[in-house]
Amino acid sequence: MADAELKKTSLHDAHVALGAKMVPFGGWSMPVQYASILDEARRVRAHTGLFDLGHMGRLQVTGPDAAKFLDTVVTSFVAKIPLGAIRYGLVCDENGGPLDDLLLYKTSDEDVFVVANASNCEAVLAWLGERTGGHDVTIEDRSDELAMLALQGPKSQAALQPVVEGADLSDVGYYKFTFATVCGIPDVRVSRTGYTGEDGFELYFPDGEATRVWNALLEAGADQEIAPIGLGARDTLRLEAGMPLYGHEIDREHNPIEAGLKFGISFKEEKGDWVGRAALEAIHAAPKRKLVGITTDGKRVPRQGYALYDGDREVGHVCSGAVSPTLDTNIGSAYLPVELAEPGRTVDMDIRGKRQACAVRDLPFYSRTRK
Amino acid sequence: MRPDDRKYLDSHEWAKLDGDLVVVGITDFAVEELSNGNEGDLVYCDLPDVGREVEQGETFGEIESVKAVSDLNAPVGGEIVEINQEIEEHLETLSEDPWKKGWLIKIRPADASLDHLMDAEAYEKHITVDH
Repeated sequence: MADAELKKTSLHDAHVALGAKMVPFGGWSMPVQYASILDEARRVRAHTGLFDLGHMGRLQVTGPDAAKFLDTVVTSFVAKIPLGAIRYGLVCDENGGPLDDLLLYKTSDEDVFVVANASNCEAVLAWLGERTGGHDVTIEDRSDELAMLALQGPKSQAALQPVVEGADLSDVGYYKFTFATVCGIPDVRVSRTGYTGEDGFELYFPDGEATRVWNALLEAGADQEIAPIGLGARDTLRLEAGMPLYGHEIDREHNPIEAGLKFGISFKEEKGDWVGRAALEAIHAAPKRKLVGITTDGKRVPRQGYALYDGDREVGHVCSGAVSPTLDTNIGSAYLPVELAEPGRTVDMDIRGKRQACAVRDLPFYSRTRK
Repeated sequence: MRPDDRKYLDSHEWAKLDGDLVVVGITDFAVEELSNGNEGDLVYCDLPDVGREVEQGETFGEIESVKAVSDLNAPVGGEIVEINQEIEEHLETLSEDPWKKGWLIKIRPADASLDHLMDAEAYEKHITVDH
């Protein structure tokens, strides 16, 4: 895609002014790094980092049947999500192949806010729109009118609280959200969520305020050694934390059961039937492969698409890879047949004809100690 | 302006005549693109075995950074007669001195002409236009 066709978030100029290297991602021009990817990842683990997520898709499903409708098209049990809580879920096709993975914010049974991936948002919007049936719902794309920022890292609360009025962030639990005044903007959606494996928050507010809030957060977090963080470090951090990325660990051909995402799927009777349920139940009963972690002491970094071998037999492929500053080794995620997906086993990674040994590991590689 | 004692490929390798050999390296621009100014972001350089024959334009090795793998392409065809064995353990040399100490391989060319490659001025234009 030519650069001119890429969409830009409202923070594009701010990123360039900070020296970011901009790259195409999901149809957007986004900052991959401002400084060293490894240093940015370390900063999030030790302090706090600020991310522009203005490329993410954000939908709002409202109306008397909002939760009821979503329960027919997403994997999680939306009617059972407590008010003010967030759940992970997926939209799957009849074969259990994900169109996207989502976060579902339940404001009420009649108002659910949905965060989708940038590149899948239009497909999800169309898919949901075609399946409303007789449900009384309205689905709106809020992506363009809302900015989205994340603060991630152990010092995130300390960095954010000074600019928040009307809420004590200590009261916002993990995967919960509230509405508060942030930088003087009322009714900002503030959630304790993220994609790094660290404590942190995500903020949604009118897009016109993006630059002002971005700068205010960098200033407010200065004492906490805040820094802007690009998508390169975000990818490393999420992989360390064992979180899937659409197009890598999951896609239409890689179902959420084998990806280890059962926690986002409800087979409860009361949820009723939903698109993909029968297929995913069958896979759940007899999975063929499993998503695992791999680590390698060799210098080469696992990369998407590298084949894995058990002796001469090709047995799987790498989904994602990174140099891990937290583990101080090279890591990856990969699918292996269930009989080979045991921690401690060794498989060979093929890098254009050269082999490098990898150890099979359980995911995640990293989990923080939660309070 | 980059050194005008050598020629350049659009894939950011340089080639310099040294007696009857052609010395090959990568430009400061390539290093910057790979590492974004952080030499620690370069993780690996895979060079070929001495004695291998390469064709002009053929991939002779790979260089890997935290975020990507890039091919290394031969500016001329011929036999690889020497490789810089220091590089694999000292990737920082590529950041410090890509023009001299950071050379990668030496080729005994089938045809010693570098006329098919860009001069420094054309390369300068190439990286300004495309980036």
